[in-house]
Order: sequence, then structure tokens, then C-alpha cells
Amino acid sequence: MASSFARILSSKRNVGILSLVGAGSLTVGFLLNREQHVSAGAQVRRVYPPSAEYPDLRKHNNCMASHLTPAVYAKLCDKATPNGYTLDQAIQTGVDNPGHPFIKTVGMVAGDEETYEVFADLFDPVIMERHNGYDPRKMKHPTDLDASKIRSGLFDEKYVLSSRVRTGRSIRGLSLPPACTRAERREVERVVINALGGLQGDLAGKYYSLTQMTEEEQQQLIDDHFLFDKPVSPLLTCAGMARDWPDARGIWHNNEKTFLVWVNEEDHTRVISMEKGGNMKRVFERFCRGLQEVERLIQEKGWEFMWNERLGYVLTCPSNLGTGLRAGVHITLPRLSKDPRFPKILDNLRLQKRGTGGVDTAAVGSTFDISNLDRLGQSEVQLVQTVIDGVNYLIECEKRLEKGQDIKIPAAIKHN
Amino acid sequence: MPFGNTHNNFKLNYKNEEEFPDLTKHNNHMAKVLTKEIYAKLRDKQTPTGYTLDDVIQTGVDNPGHPFIMTVGCVAGDEESYEVFKDLFDPVICDRHGGYKATDKHKTDLNFENLKGGDDLDPNYVLSSRVRTGRSIKGYALPPHNSRGERRAVEKLSVEALNSLDGEFKGKYYPLKSMTDAEQEQLIADHFLFDKPVSPLLLAAGMARDWPDARGIWHNENKTFLVWVNEEDHLRVISMQKGGNMKEVFRRFCVGLNRIEEIFKKHNHGFMWNEHLGYVLTCPSNLGTGLRGGVHVKLPKLSEHPKFEEILTRLRLQKRGTGGVDTASVGGVFDISNADRLGSSEVEQVQCVVDGVKLMVEMEKKLEKGEAIDSLIPAQK
Repeated sequence: MASSFARILSSKRNVGILSLVGAGSLTVGFLLNREQHVSAGAQVRRVYPPSAEYPDLRKHNNCMASHLTPAVYAKLCDKATPNGYTLDQAIQTGVDNPGHPFIKTVGMVAGDEETYEVFADLFDPVIMERHNGYDPRKMKHPTDLDASKIRSGLFDEKYVLSSRVRTGRSIRGLSLPPACTRAERREVERVVINALGGLQGDLAGKYYSLTQMTEEEQQQLIDDHFLFDKPVSPLLTCAGMARDWPDARGIWHNNEKTFLVWVNEEDHTRVISMEKGGNMKRVFERFCRGLQEVERLIQEKGWEFMWNERLGYVLTCPSNLGTGLRAGVHITLPRLSKDPRFPKILDNLRLQKRGTGGVDTAAVGSTFDISNLDRLGQSEVQLVQTVIDGVNYLIECEKRLEKGQDIKIPAAIKHN
Repeated sequence: MPFGNTHNNFKLNYKNEEEFPDLTKHNNHMAKVLTKEIYAKLRDKQTPTGYTLDDVIQTGVDNPGHPFIMTVGCVAGDEESYEVFKDLFDPVICDRHGGYKATDKHKTDLNFENLKGGDDLDPNYVLSSRVRTGRSIKGYALPPHNSRGERRAVEKLSVEALNSLDGEFKGKYYPLKSMTDAEQEQLIADHFLFDKPVSPLLLAAGMARDWPDARGIWHNENKTFLVWVNEEDHLRVISMQKGGNMKEVFRRFCVGLNRIEEIFKKHNHGFMWNEHLGYVLTCPSNLGTGLRGGVHVKLPKLSEHPKFEEILTRLRLQKRGTGGVDTASVGGVFDISNADRLGSSEVEQVQCVVDGVKLMVEMEKKLEKGEAIDSLIPAQK
């Protein structure tokens, strides 16, 4: 009993719990229960052999289906993370959503930080496929949030309408959205809004809980395009991320509406820095400053972000590992977008285009959302620089086409 | 999502109040019944297959309900759920099934000969007749909780049983994941094909996992006896035909069910049943007989009458649109069926439908002639 009690006190997560619950929690009853429920080497209920449980993936086209062989399934199916998250849960979303013949979805999620370790035999090859050959077993991911290193980054506003950088952060010690309990999710909310409450100056702001916002607040958030709604995508709902909606979900933003945090949507937090116009340098500077300030504030209370040098920042979806960063602009490129070389140019610049409604939307007119393709294996500074250099190149192309001059496909940027 | 016992044990590290769901905006049977005390008492329990309280209530937490329609808000993951979580299920069952007490016994009567009449409903008004129920195979977890292996085993057992039927019940199984385009077209044209559930009530309970693995449709050659495998329940059994001969529909229903049950028993996997809850199904609303016997009937005038709802209530009937639950009526045609499931037998419930529909058609005819129907309005059954 003494050793498990010592483990409780030394773990940062439980410092948080005890501070919330108060001295009265240290009752004998609580300690006795704790002893019974320390779970390690969790047993998974298995009535049938792996071959009877192996999913039918013949019509599937996602990263999970590409790598989950019967052998891998048999090896991992009776394992669980310390909190009890299992392989079947991790892959459920990929089993339920066979995918699209043209878009390859990831098809699996993490329920907690340990998922990436316990099920590494499946996650590592998926990560490698999704992140262009990044090998988590051999490589290290660089993290760099020093915005002063950015060169240039002020775009011509004749073309660039707005600039935005987003990422996600997970609170270490608490399960992720597919698996978190109501208490854990509420704790994420408490930890995060406590930290955000400490932000000052241009970052000072306010939290709007989804369960308690007024009609006016809701309308304002909709008008600002800040409000997020219960997920409808079956990719997310099949992974259990919409459970207990809207309990412990909310939106925080600064008074200037240039720094925004989503709480308990697809990740513990999604952090967004944005503004109209082309000052990507300032957007990224505020992004880094805000993130680092929030990190300092949670550390004061004994918490930290999930991060390791193999995978960088740990998030729910393997596609968001590393930096979890998507830096992009809304840009009009009426001539370039009609040029048949446009896709190849984007590809070589390691950029992707989306419609201005976000992922899976079509472009309106000739205005596009252009952002970085990569997430893992390069740092935040590197990725944002890539976007800046790439967008400048696109603007140059557009200007040349305006003058009737020819354009060149740039050399492919080496990645990983 | 079936998280199972290990995850549940981890949850117990948090206090009751921290885990208790916010039900302040909820209006379903589960939310009305679930107090912090009940939650505290049941949260560390699990059934032998590892189903927990949070699993039971997830659908009710995720679907606050409708101000006018009272949904159940909880499901069973296996037969033992109703026992292990009695402190929640008993009051929910009582509310949903008209005061049915924890000590009450349910009567099962699948002897079609006990039905009086039912062969003379006017086909000018009664367009079609149908009786459906569900059955669960003992020893297997239910759709919210079963693993792929279990679901496949239910399919295998069911298909073996159904394929051994003969005579009027001789038929064929169409697995959802391997039916041909032509077969699919035909099943759609026959209105037999069921699709992946879209209702959030079902999705939140985990019933659509692994779709369409181990799901399928079996029907006899005459297309009058149909079985759905692994949709909302292990089996949904449907007997139907055009016209108003409910007696014949019910006969075929009873005979078919009894034949199927015999075969399952021979394999040592009878149906889940007990004398308190009758046939055990996934949703508490379907306990007892799990039976919905009904007709599609033309009642354009009666349905406009101010006492229509009252009449239905007194006859222990309910109305739906012809698209099924939660649809509106089209052209004055309604789906009229029994409201009760638990506390009365199959014969009694179908008798209500037969007697009630016969009366309502009489009322419709009177209204057509411009006559009043007040003398026909019955007392509460």
C-alpha cells in the first residue's frame, strides 16, 4: 500500500487531482480502493481466438488497413495500455470507415499517450507511411518555437487575405478524447482554462463553455467563425470523440480575437493564431509566445504537455504528431490556379491546397487555403518558413503570369 | 463504445461526483431515474462479459432526448446487464412499461390458435399486416457490446438454423457484405433491406460497429417471413403480407418462431428469456414480447377527428407514419400497432390490434357516411 501511495504523490497528474479534491480525499476508503484498481498488464476479455476477431479489411483503403496484418493483430489484440485502452478500440474508426478510393485516411487513433508505445508494432509503420518515411524507431523529431528565426513573412496583401497557424496540445497524464472519462475531460478543461486565465496583455481573454454560453455569446462566436460544433464526421464519432457532448467542451479566445483555443474537441486543446492580412511573421510570433506562456502556466501547477523526442507533440490522430502544425493562408491566385503546372508546383514546395471552408471543401472562385503538407520530422520554424517561402514563390508566379511572363516549376524540396 | 472492465477500474480513481454525467438538460427514462446514489452504487460493477454502467447509459448521456418524445436512454450489453444493473433498469422498466414492478411476472403465449378473429379486416382499408419481434441468442453478448468474433458466431448459428427450415419457411440468407447488386436491388424493391443505422440513439450505443460484418437478411421464398441478423438485436423476426389477414400473419409468426427456437435449443443456445422480463432484448422498450403487431390502414377521416389520439390510447394502440418510427403519415394512411410490450402476452397484444383496428375501420366508415362515432368510442382497456 505504501508504495502505491508514494506513486500517487509523485505523479504530477495526481498532484492535480489531490489539489482539486482537497484533504478530505485522503480517507482510508479512498486508499483501499486505489490499491485494488492499480492496473498493470491489463487482461483483455478474449472469448475467441485472434483469427475469429480479425476485422474484414478487404474493402478498406486506410493506413491502418494497410498495416494491420493478421499476425500483427494476433500479437497485439490481448494487450492494453495501463488505463485499459485496447487495440480494437484504437482501430475501430478504421474498421467502421473503409475509406475513399482517392483519399487515404489514417484509420486509427490513440486513447492515451501509452497507446503509441504499447501498439508500436502497428503505429510505427502507419506513422512512417503517413509522414513520408519518418521512422519513429530511428529518428528524432525537432521542436523549435523560436519565432525570431523566421525570415520574411509579410505577404503581399493584394493576394493574401488572411494568415493562420494552428496546432494541438495534450495534457500529460490524462487520456485523450477517444478514451477519456468524463472526470478526465473535465480535468483537462479545468487545467487548461486555469492556465489561459493567467494570460495577459494582448493574450488576455475569456472562456466560453459550450454547456453554459448565452444565446448572444453563441451568436457572436458563430459570426466570428469561432464556434465549433459536435463532430458529425463518422471518422471522429466512431472513435468515440463525441461522447458526453457538450460536457467540458468550450472555446477560449483573446479579446483581440487573434488567439483562440478549442478545449476538448478532437484533441485536449487546439491552439490557433490568426489575423486578416499577410503578416504571417506576427501570427507565428504570437503563436509561439502564446504556446510557451500556456506551457509555463500549466507547469506552475505541476502539469506538462505530452511530448517525446520520437514523436514530438503527442496528439489523438497519428497524422498530427510532431508539430501538429498547419500554417496557412487564404490566397487568391486567379491565373496560377488555372495553370496546369499548379499541382506540381505545390507538390514540390511541400504545400497542399484546400477550399476556404477547410479540409475536404472545394475552393470558391480562385481563393485557396494553402498550407504545409508535413507535420513530423521538421520543426515548427522549418515548416512555417517552408510556407512563407512557398507562398512568396506562388505570388511571384502569379505576378509573372499577370505580366505575360513564363513561370518555372521549382526544384522539389527534400523532406525527411 | 465497449470499454470493458479494466478501463472501468481505472475510472474508479475518480470520485463519484467527478464522473457523474451532467443530465440537467436531459429528458429520457435513464436521466429521470439515475441519481448520484445509484451511480455510486453501480459504477464499480460489471457483468461477466465486462459491460459497465457507463456503457449502459452512454446512449442516454449522448442523446438528451426530445421534449415530447421520451426515449429510454439505456441499453443492455448482455443478458446479465438487467440483473447487475437492476437498480437502474427496474425503475426505467417500470416507467416505460406502465408501472411494471420488479416482482411482476410476464406471460408468454405464442399459441396462435388463441387469437380470436383477425382474418376479416377490410382490405379496402387495411393495406397490409405485419408482426415483428426480436430474439437474443443465449450465451452471446448483445449488439452494443459484442466483439466481431461473437457477432460472427451469432450469424453462423442463425444461418444454420434458418437454412434448415422447410415448407413455407424454406428460404435464403443474404449477407450484407457479399450480396450482389441484383440481390440488393431486389431486397430494396421488396422493402426488406436494412441499412447501417443512422439514428444517434443506436450509434452512440455502439451498435453499428464493424458494419456490415456479420449482418444479413434471410427471407422465405414467399417473401412473407423475414429475419434480420445482427441489426439492433441478434435477430429481428418479421411476418407480413398484403391485406388484412392478421390471423394468418400471426399464425406464420408463431409457427416460424417456434421452429427456429427448437433448432437453437438443439444446439444448446436457446433464446434469452426469463419469467420476469420475458424475451430479453437490447433495448428495455422491447422486453416482454418484443412484439409490434400492426397494419397499414387508411383512416383519413378518423385521423382528423379530435378524439383520434384518445381512441388510440384507450385501445392500447399507437400510430406511426408508414415509414416506421418517427415518420409522418402520408395520404391518411397510418401504421397502427400495439403500444404494450411487457406485462401482456403476444396473443393479448395482437388481439388488441385486431379488435382495435376493426373498430377504427367501422368508425371510418361511419364518418364517411357523415355519422357520429361517439357511441363507438370504447372505455380504457
